[in-house]
Amino acid sequence: MSVALDIVTITAVSAGAFFFLAGTVGLLRFPDALTRLHALTKADNLGLGLVVLGLLPRADSLRDGLKLICIWLLVLLAGATVSQLIARVALASEAAPGTRQRPDSPAPTARHDGPQPP
Amino acid sequence: MTTASALEMVLAAVVLGLAVWTIAARDTFAAVAGFIAYGLLLALVWVRLAAVDVALTEAAISGGLGGVLLLGAAARLRSSETLASAERPGGVLRLEVALLSAAVAAAIAAAVLFLPDPVPTLAPAAAANAGATSLGNPVTNVLMAFRAMDTLLEKVVLLLALVGVWSLAPDRFWGGRPGLLHYADPQGVLAFLARLLPPVGIVFGIYILWVSADHPGGAFQGGTVLAAMWLLAMMAGLADAPPVSRRWLRLLLIAGPVVFLIVGLAGLWLWDAFLAYPAGHAKPLILAIEFAMVLTIAVTLGLLLAGAPERSAEP
Repeated sequence: MSVALDIVTITAVSAGAFFFLAGTVGLLRFPDALTRLHALTKADNLGLGLVVLGLLPRADSLRDGLKLICIWLLVLLAGATVSQLIARVALASEAAPGTRQRPDSPAPTARHDGPQPP
Repeated sequence: MTTASALEMVLAAVVLGLAVWTIAARDTFAAVAGFIAYGLLLALVWVRLAAVDVALTEAAISGGLGGVLLLGAAARLRSSETLASAERPGGVLRLEVALLSAAVAAAIAAAVLFLPDPVPTLAPAAAANAGATSLGNPVTNVLMAFRAMDTLLEKVVLLLALVGVWSLAPDRFWGGRPGLLHYADPQGVLAFLARLLPPVGIVFGIYILWVSADHPGGAFQGGTVLAAMWLLAMMAGLADAPPVSRRWLRLLLIAGPVVFLIVGLAGLWLWDAFLAYPAGHAKPLILAIEFAMVLTIAVTLGLLLAGAPERSAEP
C-alpha cells in the first residue's frame, strides 16, 4: 500500500516538475507575450496541480489535504485572472504600438469628437 | 552533500544573483520585478532556517506590499525616466557612493563573521518563560509580551509613515480621497476576482491572526492579507477609497496603538510595570490588542498603498 502511494507521489511530482520546466523553457523561448502566457499557465495549472496530487498521499490528515487543494485552487484563480489581464494589455499595446496605457488608468476626460488637433 | 544542503546552496546562489541583478538593472520596472522575486525567494530562505513567522512577514511585506509600492513608484516615474537616465552623476560621486556602499557591506560582514561563539541569545530565556502567557508560539510571546514595547513603537512608526504619505497631498485635496479613481469593466475579469476572492481572503487573514497564538502567523501578516483584499476591491472599482478626513477611518487608524497603550498603562497602574499582563489573563488581553491591531494594520497598509489624497472628498 505504502509502495503504491510512493509510486503515485514520485510519478505525479515528477510530472509536475516536468511541466514547470517546460513552462519555464516556453517563457524564455516563445516569441510573444500571448504564447509566453500560454506556457506559464501550463506550469501553474498542470505543474502545481500534479505536485499537489503527488503530495496528497503524504498529507497527515484530511484537513491538510484540503488545504493543499485550496492552495491549488487559489493559484488557479489568481493565475487565470492575472494572465487574462496581462493578455489584454499585450493585445491593446499590439493594436496601438508605442502607447503603453495602464488598464486601470482613468479614461481621458476631454473628448475630441470633432477634427483631431494636429 | 545531502539533497537539502544542495537545495540550500542553489537557493542562496539564486538570491545573491537576483540581488546583484536588481542593483545592476537599468530599467526601473525590471529592477522592481527583480526585487519582488528576491523577496519571495528570501521568504523560502527563512523557511529553510525554520523561521516560518519571519518568512510569512517577508513574503507579505517584501514580496507583496513593498513590491506593489515600488511598482506604483515605477509607474509614476515612467514619464521622466528617460530624462533622469540622461543625467548621469559625475565619476567622483559614483566612486564615493561605491566606496561608501562597500564600507557598509564590509562592516555588516565583519559584524556577522566576528560574532562570538556561541552567539549570545535570549532564546533559552524566552523558552523558559513561555508558560507565563499560555501562548504556544514563542514568536508571539516575544512580540506581544517580552518585547511588547517594540511592537507598540513599530505600530506608531507605521502611522507616522502614513502621515508622511498624506503630507504629500496638494492643499486643495487635503482630506480628500487618496490616489486616482480606478476604472475597470464591472463585468470584467478583475471585477470578478474582486467579488470572488475577498470572502476567502478575509477568512484567511483572520485565520492567520487567530492561529498566531500557537502557530506561525500574526497581526501583521493577517493585516496584510486584509489590506490586499481591500485594495483589490478598490482597484476593480467596486469600492472607492474613503476620504482621509472621515472620522471612522481616523478611529480605525489609531485603534491598535490606543488599545495597546490602554493595556500598557493599566499594567503600570494595576500591576506595577508598563505593559505588564496580570498572571492568568495574559492571553485574552493579548488577543484584544492583536484584534485591534489587525484592523489598524489593514487600514494603514491599504491607505499607504492608495497614496496621498489626490481628489476632493465628493465623488
